[in-house]
Amino acid sequence: MTDMAFKADPAPTQRWWQRRAVRRFLRHRLALFGLAIIVLLVLACVVGPYLLPFDDLYIDLRARFAPPLTGSHIFGTDPLGRDLAARLFMAGRISLLVGFAAMLISTVFGSLIGILAGYYGGKVGAVLMRFVDAMLSFPSIFLLLALAAFIKPSPIMITVIIAATSWMEITRIVEAEIKSLRERDFIMAARTLGLSNGQIMFRELLPNAMGPIIVAATLTVARAILLEAYVSFLGYGIQPPLPSWGNMLNGAQQYLDSAPWLAIVPGVAITLAVTGFNFVGDGLRDALDARSDIA
Amino acid sequence: MLRFLFGRLWQSLVLLVIVSVIGFAVLNLAPGGPLSQFALTPGMTQAQLARIAHQMGLDRPLPVQYWEWFTRLLQGDWGRSYRDNQPVLSVIWSHLMATLLLMGTSTLISVLIGTWVGVLGALRRYSIFDYAATVGAMVALSIPTFWFGLIAIYLFSLRLGWLPAGNMYTIGDGSVLDYAVHLIMPSLVLALVNVAVWSRYMRTAVLDVMNQDFVRTARAKGLTRWAVLTRHILRNALVPMITLLGLQLPTILGGALVTETVFTWPGMGRLFLDSLGYSDYPVVMGLLMLSAILVLVGNLMADIAVAVIDPRIRLG
Repeated sequence: MTDMAFKADPAPTQRWWQRRAVRRFLRHRLALFGLAIIVLLVLACVVGPYLLPFDDLYIDLRARFAPPLTGSHIFGTDPLGRDLAARLFMAGRISLLVGFAAMLISTVFGSLIGILAGYYGGKVGAVLMRFVDAMLSFPSIFLLLALAAFIKPSPIMITVIIAATSWMEITRIVEAEIKSLRERDFIMAARTLGLSNGQIMFRELLPNAMGPIIVAATLTVARAILLEAYVSFLGYGIQPPLPSWGNMLNGAQQYLDSAPWLAIVPGVAITLAVTGFNFVGDGLRDALDARSDIA
Repeated sequence: MLRFLFGRLWQSLVLLVIVSVIGFAVLNLAPGGPLSQFALTPGMTQAQLARIAHQMGLDRPLPVQYWEWFTRLLQGDWGRSYRDNQPVLSVIWSHLMATLLLMGTSTLISVLIGTWVGVLGALRRYSIFDYAATVGAMVALSIPTFWFGLIAIYLFSLRLGWLPAGNMYTIGDGSVLDYAVHLIMPSLVLALVNVAVWSRYMRTAVLDVMNQDFVRTARAKGLTRWAVLTRHILRNALVPMITLLGLQLPTILGGALVTETVFTWPGMGRLFLDSLGYSDYPVVMGLLMLSAILVLVGNLMADIAVAVIDPRIRLG
């Protein structure tokens, strides 16, 4: 009898890039384009400051308001004669870092609440989801500004505040997903085997809900970068002299007529970064969601 | 229908109470506060500060402050502005219309454009137009609204001189035409994002409806393409879009606030920023509540509208 032990065919060995999701993602031209933008931007922000002959804080009053391509100022200079390219790259480090960190915090927190609400359902779920509804019923920009205006703005606090106002969408997505997964047979099996609630939630349910979470997380980076830019633009976010893409735009409206590049350069950087993450998010959705057909 | 309405109203009220608690907690637990304004005055002593705090009732426990604010709210008294002692409601009221005008115009524009972009995209699926619309919508969603406003001001006001750079009307003019000219840029800038969202959902909705049997029947009985489109496809595809409009309300409102700051539009967004600058909590709190009320009423209206248009949906 032991000789006849059931032997499953070994699954064909697959490299990670041969997996279906990866292949679908690679076929998505926009997503690859987005990925390229992100990689280039990150590279520019990491390496850029070392290649430029200027420091982002070096003030040169003789070179104020130099338009792009004067001498070695490729993007020109700002009202204090600081090199705009140097500031742009240093600002990119801050803005991208804030975006990523806010995404991490809100994804972890949002997923946790979503799993708890979806798994336990009933009263616990109702209370948690009503709280989410309440948070979603004022424009997040109001809440964000109210928090940012009264809290001492440091990059870490700004990150936490942005995360605090953008976890709700993820919670909604995860809750819906967990609710439908909870009824499947494999969860019944896990329960019969005597797995604890914690094990079922984080070992069985969470890995199966990873697809939508990854997609939502990517789009949250895009959102967080936009929110940081807006709050800093209004002067409540990252404080100068530390540059961020948002606070570089802060003074730009004043000089819109005489020095439009002050507004154009950081704005293009923000748009590129956000477009990149949105494209990648869209590609991931097509790759990870088995139901959707690739366009 | 009535039972549904009461149920939803009840739910909305509960939600409003939660919203008010969150708002109150956020404002009052943060350091700073209205006292910090007075603390800036030269020669201000700690004793004087304590006296002001007592007069303003700020030295009482938070739950007590909340309860007093809440009971007054129920009696229609939203408090008085710390800045100029005007009743909060009348301060907000004077800014509400400006915001509603901007939101309304912009939503109308985005619904009209977005519907047709979505329909064309669905009818000519995978065409160059469809692809361009898809990519365009994603890029439009990625442009920061306030920056897009700045660029529009640079192009159309500063370079071309076609449109005013800000404000709602010219002082001394104020005719309908004058309002309209001032409305063009902010409403179009605000519409950009909403056109993107609306056209994406519209495309999906039309594709859903297009493949259903009754559309094939309509075509088979010899109706013109136009009649099939307007009387059968659009009519059914627009129903879920009403719900979307309700769900998008916080986003549209948030966008309007962002747009107002760039175009110095005298609406709720500007009022909110000014009030934040003065730590004018009663007005900030009032604005938070009012925006939540607007959103909840909008959602409720969307649900009712869907039920009226689509008799298959029974509310209960």
